[in-house]
Amino acid sequence: MDLNLSTNAKITWCPGCPNSQILVAFRQAVTELVAGGKLKPENLVALSGIGCHGKITDYLNVNSFTSLHGRVIPTMTGVKSANPSLTVVGFSGDADTYDEGIEHFIHAARRNSDINLFIHDNQIFALTTGQATPTTPKGFKGKSTPFGSIEEPFNPLLIMLSSGATFVAQTFAGDIAGTKRIMLSAMVHKGFSFVSIIQPCITFFDTRDHYKERVYWLDDSFPKNDLSAAIAKVMEGGGKTPLGIFYQVEKPTFEEELNK
Amino acid sequence: MAKQIKPIMTVGIGGAAGDGIREAGSNLGILLNDVGLKTHFSFKYPSLIRGGHNYSRLSFSKEKIFYDYKKLDVLIALNEESIKRHLGELNKNAIVFAENFDDEDKKALGENAISLPLTEFITNIKAPSITRSSVALGALCYLLDLPLGNMTKIFNEIFRAKSPETNILLAEMGYKHLEKLNIKHSNLIAHELINSPTAEFIDGNTAVARGLVAAGLNTYVSYPMTPSSSILHFLASQERNFKIKVIHPENEISSINMALGMAYAGERVAVGTAGGGFALMQEAFSLAGMAEVPLVVAVSQRHAPATGVPTHSSQSDLRFVLHAGHGEFPRIVIAPGDPEESFRAGADALNLAWKYQLPAIVLLDKHVSENMTTSTINPKSVMIEKGKILISVDSSYKRYALSKDGVSPLAFPGTPNAVVKFDSYEHDEGGITTEEIPTIKAMQEKRFAKYASLAKEFKNFETVKTYGDPKSKNVIVFWGSTKTVLLEAAKYFKKTVKILQILWLEPFDVASVSKNLKGAKKIINIESNHNGQLAGLIREKTGIEVTNSILRYDSAPFDPLELAETLNKLI
Repeated sequence: MDLNLSTNAKITWCPGCPNSQILVAFRQAVTELVAGGKLKPENLVALSGIGCHGKITDYLNVNSFTSLHGRVIPTMTGVKSANPSLTVVGFSGDADTYDEGIEHFIHAARRNSDINLFIHDNQIFALTTGQATPTTPKGFKGKSTPFGSIEEPFNPLLIMLSSGATFVAQTFAGDIAGTKRIMLSAMVHKGFSFVSIIQPCITFFDTRDHYKERVYWLDDSFPKNDLSAAIAKVMEGGGKTPLGIFYQVEKPTFEEELNK
Repeated sequence: MAKQIKPIMTVGIGGAAGDGIREAGSNLGILLNDVGLKTHFSFKYPSLIRGGHNYSRLSFSKEKIFYDYKKLDVLIALNEESIKRHLGELNKNAIVFAENFDDEDKKALGENAISLPLTEFITNIKAPSITRSSVALGALCYLLDLPLGNMTKIFNEIFRAKSPETNILLAEMGYKHLEKLNIKHSNLIAHELINSPTAEFIDGNTAVARGLVAAGLNTYVSYPMTPSSSILHFLASQERNFKIKVIHPENEISSINMALGMAYAGERVAVGTAGGGFALMQEAFSLAGMAEVPLVVAVSQRHAPATGVPTHSSQSDLRFVLHAGHGEFPRIVIAPGDPEESFRAGADALNLAWKYQLPAIVLLDKHVSENMTTSTINPKSVMIEKGKILISVDSSYKRYALSKDGVSPLAFPGTPNAVVKFDSYEHDEGGITTEEIPTIKAMQEKRFAKYASLAKEFKNFETVKTYGDPKSKNVIVFWGSTKTVLLEAAKYFKKTVKILQILWLEPFDVASVSKNLKGAKKIINIESNHNGQLAGLIREKTGIEVTNSILRYDSAPFDPLELAETLNKLI
């Protein structure tokens, strides 16, 4: 039987929005896992928070739980701990997780719950029509900061590395093949997987050209199990944005400990 | 009612936090229960870890006892402060046990001041200070004429977990000390040992936890908050015994959202908190309504608003839980009044949450949560109601299929062919987000159809209970923990009354409440809140107005005798 991952829901993202590229990459990753016998479709659960990213659950013909703004992470942990045979993928946004749900972000990494968090980071509130988030550059003029935002952004990759995440990676939505590859690695990783997906908002904060020039993939020689190297890499300046897996180690998962 | 009231005896145990006052009280309660006496135990404590004044109080009798009394027959004072604080609460001829008495106290108490060489005894056997109360426990056994030989089995049970040899030895030393002094046995309650107690000595939090377990609880998720924390502690300690999981996450918001994820994946879950913690859970509670997630929330009230008085009681969250969560959606709210009702409420809430796929609240308060009393709990009486669960489906499965009773068959993720979609947005039958007006209306009506189904259940549950004279034109109405003190007070009523307890606050059994209040000359409402929240609810639901309200909002408990006096003036 053919795997149908599409629903009848009408896609309401802006035409050309990189969210569609994330959707395509995820469908490809799932198709590959199912074809390779690594995943039964009924064992996949997709969750989302609230924001533009959150519409993705409507477009996926898989088990799903569209949660609240900021609360996708504890819901994911609940699903996984109740039935560890499920593959749990949560989609979230920069405002959703880095603002509203920041406490869950840190604690999920600390607990090493075997869940996969994919953040659509467009550095903007998009669904509420353009306000600054914790990853928006200082000085950004949005609807709530008409004279320029006065707060510095933070680095979520660094937060994850210092909080105990066992898989920390970054990708660029425009690179569908690269995003699919990272999603696959994350989903087969045992433990808390964090993937930052740079997803320019073409309507309120168009960074497509900015990132196209700056992103580059880590080469194969980059050590994945060296925390200091990972920290140095995610803090790398020089106007470049690294993509790839910065860090990946094995630790006992929350669910393993819970069901001991 | 003017019937003969069997003798009741009250013991107070006072000391500093860290003196083991609660343990001394609950141990004494177990002991009294095990010799066949009906007992009620309350514990008062400030919100601190060391120092301050902690106070255990127990009243016991051969007949059912609902609440403990302010006036004492025995005071066990583990520090000076406890004598001073409670001197004014002593009945005539009350005995006071303490290590030392100052001249003033000696003069006031005369031969009823009995010195116990607590420090000497524990120093002799190199026992820690916290074991001092065991000496007093032994002395009390002598006073009650409970033969030492018969106590060994009970002492072993009580002290099983904490150095039994030391504590038993100290109890014996206390007993023999009084024997040597040739103190007269108390004749208030003549001892009459029974061999095996039929009832157990239990608090409401433990009872509600056991009710949840009896109804098939898989996981309990909770962030600690007084007075709900002992549910968490009890279930965590019994995790392996009950084969459940207990999780303490980063905060209340995480707790309830985790629980929603668990229920989605097929686990029977409950969360527990106090009013303030439940305030943090509001958005997710609303999600449980929208996504139709079976979930039990145990909310134990304490004095509020805000942080309030953490270790004092209140009934001020009735309106809060009735209206909890933004938007309109059906929920169940059951308020038990004692441990036996708490057990039932825990079990019923979990079963009904799954039968009707909605959130159910067990509304407790400090008194019902923490007071211990002689109770009969029967876990075998609970059947597990699984609800409409599908274990196999075809690909046409729709999570929110419209149905007459409002309940859609539920499949869990992992079921072949099933695509199970839960949604916090308004959704269609398949669980896909919608903004279509007819679908929105149909879904709201589907959810509220559950109330019509639930109304048919009223006859299967004790939505209300009545006590006293069913024909009396004087009706006292209450909810929650007021039950215990009121039924104790009722032993002293001079006229016959009907007492109406409302257990189901939502959905509200309008027909039963109306029937019980109709034709009443006087309706007296008793609550521990400022606004008379139940009185307002009764008027809203039935159009009937209460004639009098006795409201207590100082966070202190009622006393049975004082309440009886107040009511005797009103009736």
